[in-house]
Amino acid sequence: MADALISPAVGATMWVAAAGLIGYSSKKVKEELDDRKIPLMGVMGAFIFAAQMINFTIPATGSSGHLGGGMILAILLGPHAAFLTMASVLTVQALFFSDGGLLALGCNIFNLGFFPCFVAYPFIYKKITGGDPTEGRILAGALVASIVGLQLGAFCVVLETLFSGISELPFGTFLLLMLPIHLAIGIVEGVVTAAVIVFVRKARPEILDAAARSLPIGEIPIRKVLAGFVAVAIVTGGALSWFASAHPDGLEWAMFRTAGVEELESPEKGPHASLADIQSKTAFLPDYGFKTTEGAPESEEAQPSWPAVDPGTSLAGLVGSALTFTAVLLIGLGLRQRKVRAS
Amino acid sequence: MAKIDNSLLDIGYMDKLASGDSSLHRLDPRAKLITTLAFILVVVSFDKYAVSELIPFFIYPMVQIAVGSLPMNYLMKKVLLVAPFALLIGIFNPLMDRETLIQIGSFHVSGGWVSLVSIMIRFVLTVTAALTLITLTGFNAVCMAMEKLGTPKPFVIQLMFLYRYIFVLIDEAARMVRARSLRSFDSNAMAFGLVAPLVGQLLFRALDRAQRIHLSMCCRGFEGRFRTLGPMTIGLKEYGYVVGWSSFFIFLRFYNLPVKLGEIVTSIF
Repeated sequence: MADALISPAVGATMWVAAAGLIGYSSKKVKEELDDRKIPLMGVMGAFIFAAQMINFTIPATGSSGHLGGGMILAILLGPHAAFLTMASVLTVQALFFSDGGLLALGCNIFNLGFFPCFVAYPFIYKKITGGDPTEGRILAGALVASIVGLQLGAFCVVLETLFSGISELPFGTFLLLMLPIHLAIGIVEGVVTAAVIVFVRKARPEILDAAARSLPIGEIPIRKVLAGFVAVAIVTGGALSWFASAHPDGLEWAMFRTAGVEELESPEKGPHASLADIQSKTAFLPDYGFKTTEGAPESEEAQPSWPAVDPGTSLAGLVGSALTFTAVLLIGLGLRQRKVRAS
Repeated sequence: MAKIDNSLLDIGYMDKLASGDSSLHRLDPRAKLITTLAFILVVVSFDKYAVSELIPFFIYPMVQIAVGSLPMNYLMKKVLLVAPFALLIGIFNPLMDRETLIQIGSFHVSGGWVSLVSIMIRFVLTVTAALTLITLTGFNAVCMAMEKLGTPKPFVIQLMFLYRYIFVLIDEAARMVRARSLRSFDSNAMAFGLVAPLVGQLLFRALDRAQRIHLSMCCRGFEGRFRTLGPMTIGLKEYGYVVGWSSFFIFLRFYNLPVKLGEIVTSIF
């Protein structure tokens, strides 16, 4: 997920969700664990970074992969501590490697932290492996949990992109693009996670025992939390989108008044997906004129919220943009020159 | 292999930049964090066909880079490095959205291309803003600011731990990978079967280290928080910085400067 692809409403909603989860997990970690866990979590986060540097070839494909980390953290640290660790790994990635971005950080924490730690781990991995797991069970558990966790995360990315309405990618196509890729990633992740866990269990079983003991994750609190976050998400999302549509920017407002059509939100809604589908099919036809005469009705007319086909304004926009950009560059250079002279 | 060392160098280099000294470096990290967030929020709040409206926003990263004496080429390289992702998703817009949106003479530009350009501009703006924040402030200061602004303490503390130990553990991982490649003849490809023992060993080393760290920190009187010299203060400068930039962003949000400018210029000729 990247900043450029999400709208503020989606970004803010996911920030609220992620911040709530961080707050909840922090409280839990403080409550139930000794303070030894905090340096441990930090070092484990750094471990995930380091482990991601170990690239290996995936058998039978020739491509290479590395560990993602959410599931192995959940198994080793328990869901709450793992969620915090994952969130901080993603924060460092956002700040230093520009993976994602600051506004998208909430989305990323939710997609990559929430699903493996609070869904896949307690409800799939724990259920499959049970109390005293065999190697086969660990493999099955890690595999299924990683796949489900990543699929849910990928699905969420698609939803967030859809609700933001920045990308034109139709829902179905994007989903078909994301899910198989993440299925492959999930399989690799699951196998590697299982292999590492099995190795750890053979070499130093006490590590896993310690992790398993500090896991009083009841089913009721997590459900409450889930319900709470769904509620928060709906409220903030609703409030923000209301705010957004109550104060549309000037051009949209003008368009709304003149055209009298509420097309502003249609790209996000379901029907538009099918419409876009039809549109894309017709658009690939060579005859451009055919498409415009026959093409999808009013929605296309009303959609552009930039001053549509008005050559004058377009030119003014282009010229002005170029001038502004030049001005910005000059200001930057000027400041730097002054700096150089001063020092 | 080169990748590992590079990313390490990268973080180290950004930290070095953060230890520079300029009026922006000296500003309280909270002010910079809030302003950066305000900037990103305003930039992404434009609708998807916004292009000219976004151009004036380049002034913010530009001023940061100039005043903070940040290396422009380096930052641009970092932005380009992560650009493919945004491009990958944005590239579908021209295919899906073919309605003519801009027309100059007989030259037509479809809405899809406009929104692709808009996505890429947003991308550059938001990524540079985040990069300048970290290169002007440094990671630990950003963490401190987060804590002061209400982020839960366990999260912040372990974030700082994480940052401290990235270097150590990446070194450790690099050593293991190097040792393996020196002992094997077939190039860089690592066999799948080696991954588990390698990662597992790394894990053991990490865990042992965490234990040692905790013990030694206890010996030195660690009681759950980091102390820093030089308390953070919010003064007139900080208020001015936050309010000044934010109101400028809001002004640009509701007033399309380039179009106005363009209208004036085109009306002259």
